[in-house]
Amino acid sequence: MALNIAVCVKRVPAPGAKINVTADEQSVDAAHLGFTTSPHEECAVEAAVQLTEEHGGEVTVLTLGPGEAEEQLRYAASVGAHHFTLIPTDGTAWDPQRTAAALTQAITNSEAAGSPFDLVLFGNESADSGGFQVGVRVAHALGRPMVNGIKGIDVADNGFTARREIDAGFEVYEVPSPAVLGVKEGINLPRYPTMKGRLASKKAVVDTAEIDAAAGGQGKVRLHRPAEQASTTEVLGDSVEAVGAVVDILEELGVLS
Amino acid sequence: MTLLAVLDHDRGKLAEASLETLTSARALAAQMGTDLHAVLLGADAEALAGQAEAGGAAVVHVAQHEVLVDYGPEAWGAAVAELAGSVGALAVTATGTDRGNEVLAQVAARMDLPFVANCTEINTGANDGGAWSLTRTQWGGSLLEDATLDAPVKIVSYGHHAIEAAPADEPGAGEVRTFTPALDGSLARTVVTDRVVLSQGVTLATAPVVVSGGRGVGSEEGFAILDELAAELGGVVGCSRAVTNNGWRPHKDQVGQTGTRIAPEIYIATGISGAIQHWVGAMASKKILAINTDPEANMVSKADYAVIGDLHEIVPAITEEIRRRRG
Ligand SMILES: Cc1cc2nc3c(=O)[nH]c(=O)nc-3n(C[C@H](O)[C@H](O)[C@H](O)COP(=O)(O)OP(=O)(O)OC[C@H]3O[C@@H](n4cnc5c(N)ncnc54)[C@H](O)[C@@H]3O)c2cc1C
Ligand SMILES: Nc1ncnc2c1ncn2[C@@H]1O[C@H](COP(=O)(O)O)[C@@H](O)[C@H]1O
Repeated sequence: MALNIAVCVKRVPAPGAKINVTADEQSVDAAHLGFTTSPHEECAVEAAVQLTEEHGGEVTVLTLGPGEAEEQLRYAASVGAHHFTLIPTDGTAWDPQRTAAALTQAITNSEAAGSPFDLVLFGNESADSGGFQVGVRVAHALGRPMVNGIKGIDVADNGFTARREIDAGFEVYEVPSPAVLGVKEGINLPRYPTMKGRLASKKAVVDTAEIDAAAGGQGKVRLHRPAEQASTTEVLGDSVEAVGAVVDILEELGVLS
Repeated sequence: MTLLAVLDHDRGKLAEASLETLTSARALAAQMGTDLHAVLLGADAEALAGQAEAGGAAVVHVAQHEVLVDYGPEAWGAAVAELAGSVGALAVTATGTDRGNEVLAQVAARMDLPFVANCTEINTGANDGGAWSLTRTQWGGSLLEDATLDAPVKIVSYGHHAIEAAPADEPGAGEVRTFTPALDGSLARTVVTDRVVLSQGVTLATAPVVVSGGRGVGSEEGFAILDELAAELGGVVGCSRAVTNNGWRPHKDQVGQTGTRIAPEIYIATGISGAIQHWVGAMASKKILAINTDPEANMVSKADYAVIGDLHEIVPAITEEIRRRRG
């Protein structure tokens, strides 16, 4: 049975050593930063592409964000996804309820125009705001089963077998199709785009879906960095001569016994 | 007038995080001026009511239903949402573990209310039903967000390890109330059906020593010298995301925001620049030793100790020195 799979991905900045906040304290200062797909979702795209490679079918990637988020959709095209929908915002961050309502609408519209999704994938949590809920809300609105934290997906008789990591191993869930799953990084190793993929990404058609939704009850006041512990680094040396001092420290810490 | 705290357990064994839940919920209930009620789900959880009582719960609700044979996010969420309505809860809380956040998201979706995950501080204000002010984490803890929460029932989780679990000064009344939620049998679709237990040794999360390598290690084979040092120290090997992305190590070795949070006695970070997403996973380490060719690397400036040099020379020399001293 060929699979029709949707994946919701978010465009996020990729900060280096430090996250800086803009002067109005409303967002991450991304003036000198690149952007990327939130890591769990990059793995969700890879999982969807692998499932359709094995079972046939197509992958639709949706994102809600500024127009520039087209970059993340084209990246998904370069690694094997087929259809792309951008739900444009004015660039401000939407709260989780508003985001979920708009994504639900976009999925519903897409299913009405094409065919229903057997599986809708999310990341376990978005890398920036980390609300741990958009996928759960969308699944509930669609009346579909949802399990988060998934590190393995297999096609089963009437749906999917999903594995979730716990301390001592993993839990197994048997969810009927159509299903919604939240994926965690580590489920796979996302591929890099090939030359052919890069060409496909240039040709990919990105649909724009103008959808708005009511604001929810969580409001952002400001962003700020946690207080940093002041630290001084003791440099033990700049050659193998330093290893005596290193092992002295290991001894002091009692980790050598 | 109640605050409802959702306690997690695995087939009758209370989760360590639930002691944190009781601790934070006691303080929140005091701030709100309400009673603290706890909820446990599934027949095998009834035996845990005493622990909830000891933790300060005035009432312990135990949900029993044929669907609640094991953990299931939808069934747990639906049962808690129903209970929140029937006891007139002003707020529902849990600890922001995978399960805690998942269950509260299910509760919030079902009640069509906001849910604020991973708070570090909550100010309930005048307790007149108005908005709360709170601080929550973004970017896995690298950034804080001051936020408001406006809802008739406030649904919030505290970040896991945001507060330290402490025993209650005095137990609660601990009245046990068993109830049967009106669960749709179809919610069994997301109940755990099986478990696979993997062999358990020292894990990255609990190891006393972690020896990590980053892009500077250069290859999969390059990790042999880290494996040796870790073995010598009874520790485990960790890595950065650059390493997992290259396929040099499995993702279970990754330290950071989307990997594992570690808290060893000493973290030896070699060839790792110390990006903020790596740092949030490593910052709970008691001591950090950075080995890096770049004296300006963030990992070096944030470490307690540093050796500026090529890890391919320094790491084997440390192993050798340990062996020499051991004779
Ligand atoms: C949303 C998001 C989540 C992320 N989550 C994580 C996460 O969980 N964990 C994580 O690690 N990263 C994470 N990252 C990636 C992170 O931003 C960095 O890209 C990554 O940590 C860099 O890995 P690195 O330090 O090994 O590589 P680099 O930044 O390339 O650093 C290599 C270092 O090695 C040093 N070096 C080179 N050669 C030698 C040598 N011979 N001897 C000694 N030193 C040498 C260099 O001086 C340099 O400091 C995330 C990124 C994003 C956007
Ligand atoms: N703006 C967005 N566009 C598309 N998907 C999103 C967006 N925000 C969140 N998601 C999806 O919902 C998941 C959970 O997000 P969150 O509730 O913010 O942690 C993410 O991993 C994404 O898969």
